Amino acid sequence: MRHLLSTEELDRSKAIEILDSASQISRLNEDTTRKFPTLQGKTVVTLFFEDSTRTRISFELAAKRLSADVINFSAGGSAVSKGENLKDTAQTLEALGADALVVRHSASGASYNLAHNGWTSAAIVNAGDGTNQHPTQALLDALSLRQGFQIEDGKGLEGKKVLIVGDILHSRVARSNLALLPTLGAEVEAVGPGSFSPGCKYANLDEALETKPDAIMMLRVQKERMNQPLIPSDKEYSRLWGLTEQRVRKVPNSLILHPGPMNRGLEISTYAAESENSLVLRQVKNGLAVRMAVLSMILGSKNETV
Amino acid sequence: MRLSSCTLANGEVKDLVVENKVITSIEPASNKGDLDCSSLVLLPGFVDLHTHLREPGFEQSETVYTGSQAAASGGYTALFAMANTQPVADNAGTVTQVAELGESAGLVEVRPIGAITKGLEGKQLAALGSMFNSKARVRIFSDDGHCVSDAALMKTAMEYLQPLGGVVAQHAQEPTLTIGSQVNDGEISKITGLKGWPSSAEESIILRDALLSEQTGCRLHVCHVTSKLGVELIRWAKQRGFPVTAEVTPHHLVLTELEAKNYDTRFKVNPPLRTQQDTEALIEGLVDGTIDVIGTDHAPHASDAKQQQWDAAAFGMTGLEQAYQVAHKVLVQSGVSDWQRLAEVMSAQPAHIGGLDNHGKIEVGQEANLVLVDPSNTAQVEGNVYSKSSNNPYIGMEFASSVVHTMFRGSFSYKDGEVTK
Repeated sequence: MRHLLSTEELDRSKAIEILDSASQISRLNEDTTRKFPTLQGKTVVTLFFEDSTRTRISFELAAKRLSADVINFSAGGSAVSKGENLKDTAQTLEALGADALVVRHSASGASYNLAHNGWTSAAIVNAGDGTNQHPTQALLDALSLRQGFQIEDGKGLEGKKVLIVGDILHSRVARSNLALLPTLGAEVEAVGPGSFSPGCKYANLDEALETKPDAIMMLRVQKERMNQPLIPSDKEYSRLWGLTEQRVRKVPNSLILHPGPMNRGLEISTYAAESENSLVLRQVKNGLAVRMAVLSMILGSKNETV
Repeated sequence: MRLSSCTLANGEVKDLVVENKVITSIEPASNKGDLDCSSLVLLPGFVDLHTHLREPGFEQSETVYTGSQAAASGGYTALFAMANTQPVADNAGTVTQVAELGESAGLVEVRPIGAITKGLEGKQLAALGSMFNSKARVRIFSDDGHCVSDAALMKTAMEYLQPLGGVVAQHAQEPTLTIGSQVNDGEISKITGLKGWPSSAEESIILRDALLSEQTGCRLHVCHVTSKLGVELIRWAKQRGFPVTAEVTPHHLVLTELEAKNYDTRFKVNPPLRTQQDTEALIEGLVDGTIDVIGTDHAPHASDAKQQQWDAAAFGMTGLEQAYQVAHKVLVQSGVSDWQRLAEVMSAQPAHIGGLDNHGKIEVGQEANLVLVDPSNTAQVEGNVYSKSSNNPYIGMEFASSVVHTMFRGSFSYKDGEVTK
């Protein structure tokens, strides 16, 4: 694996290889003092053109646990705010010897451009591009689901029904999962109000929950990605599509996921977020393991070609 | 000068005699000419209703001179330069400057298009009458790149231009439906995660403007139609007798939305590339007369503007150097139409819409604005030769025919594959 740009590029065996590796790492991670020498001498740059403290910290910690040198580059206060373009930024970082760029950008395809336009030879890990993809998020979701369903390593998510709820149109998390989870054998349905999820068959979450999903993935309502409000009000959204306590009680066996940060009381109730079926904190923990797995696979395979 | 044994669009083989810039006689074929054209097809010089020459203001992308060279190499003898320059061509001074730059380049007739609204801002009318009456004799008005989305303002512009016989050329794009839009709203927006540009944003304006053309009697020219439904709306308007003409670009005839799947910004264009079904409807419309002209929307951009992430890259692709080859491919080589239709959509119709009496015809007494093409000369596109910019979407494609000579006002502007100045 040279880059990780999209879950579309992952076939089943590659996806399972990453999950298994992450699963192994996550067991070793129980010992939080443990550091691995895997990426000693490698330089990983987190290149964030969009604010995302959680994802950046997760990648940073992953690289540090693997003994890489980590440089954090964020667009605010950098050359980018002085008008430097993506190509120049990438070339500058390459000239400084970056082996991998972990890229978050508001433009869909920005990671693809970095990987394929000849602007840099560094490995590219997509940490979220516009409304397109966020592959490590989907991988950590898949790992959390596999653990939540108590499925052993080496296997996929065969026969499991996953309901993704919310702003499918603006969500790279949804798009990444819609590509990855079916590859792993799960049956996935995306639902929400028509302006979020065009063609949705249900009028509200209650109807969608009638399908008895094995897991429910709630998406964050991302007001920053809407040109104008796509829903009449937060109140109406929460009434029709929010994962309330009452709804959680209707599906007591369904696992609950949320990529964070949560809008408590909007798309997800505190009861749901903190219920025993909630995987929210496990998702965060698995994020670290998945990113460690991805970084070692990418920078490792580059080693072999040297 | 005698051009001997030229094959005309109707299949006849003739000698053409040109003296003092004018076609003085058309005679039976001989083999004693100054130029042997026995393997070439002679057509009236092409006329482009939709060129961005970028001067003044964006000379890093193109100038009137380099754009004229590109045009001559593509078989053009006249072009209409869009108004979105810096300063905007919204006043008599700027349009006159552009026309003069065209004359001094001397390779094609450069006719400026005037802005409809001041500064292309869509708020108040530009100096329409002054531009019409200026030395540049502006006949076509357009805010191209922007849509005149305010219906009342559009109606006023049409009322104002109707008595003059001016043409309003509209870039049909309802802006509230396309905020941040990047690619066709369909399969490609799903694949790439790029924001969709729905064709309804174009079709709703086409319909509105067609109704306004009927109401005001002003001539409407619909720039770069891209969708099947858009073609159907224009067909309907023409059947009702509304004063509407329409244009399609070469790229919308042969390229589809899927070109954008690898975020190659050469394929970022506004309006966006659409589906195979749309290209088929566009070709059908071009053949049956619903669409009157091929207009290039030649939109050169310096490499900096294109070597960007998709969202930040500029919209537009070049077209002057390949438009004829595309027209030949879809009309002649495909067998769906013929040389006469090609001459109409590339030359006679755009000349007529733009009010250029000295272009678009091959007749005795007519100014010698001509192009000679080799109908069987397969070559691969390597890139632009004359345009200052390299955002050519056809690189790597093969075409079966190419331009060999272009004659402008009785002299060669392009001869044996070289621009003459």
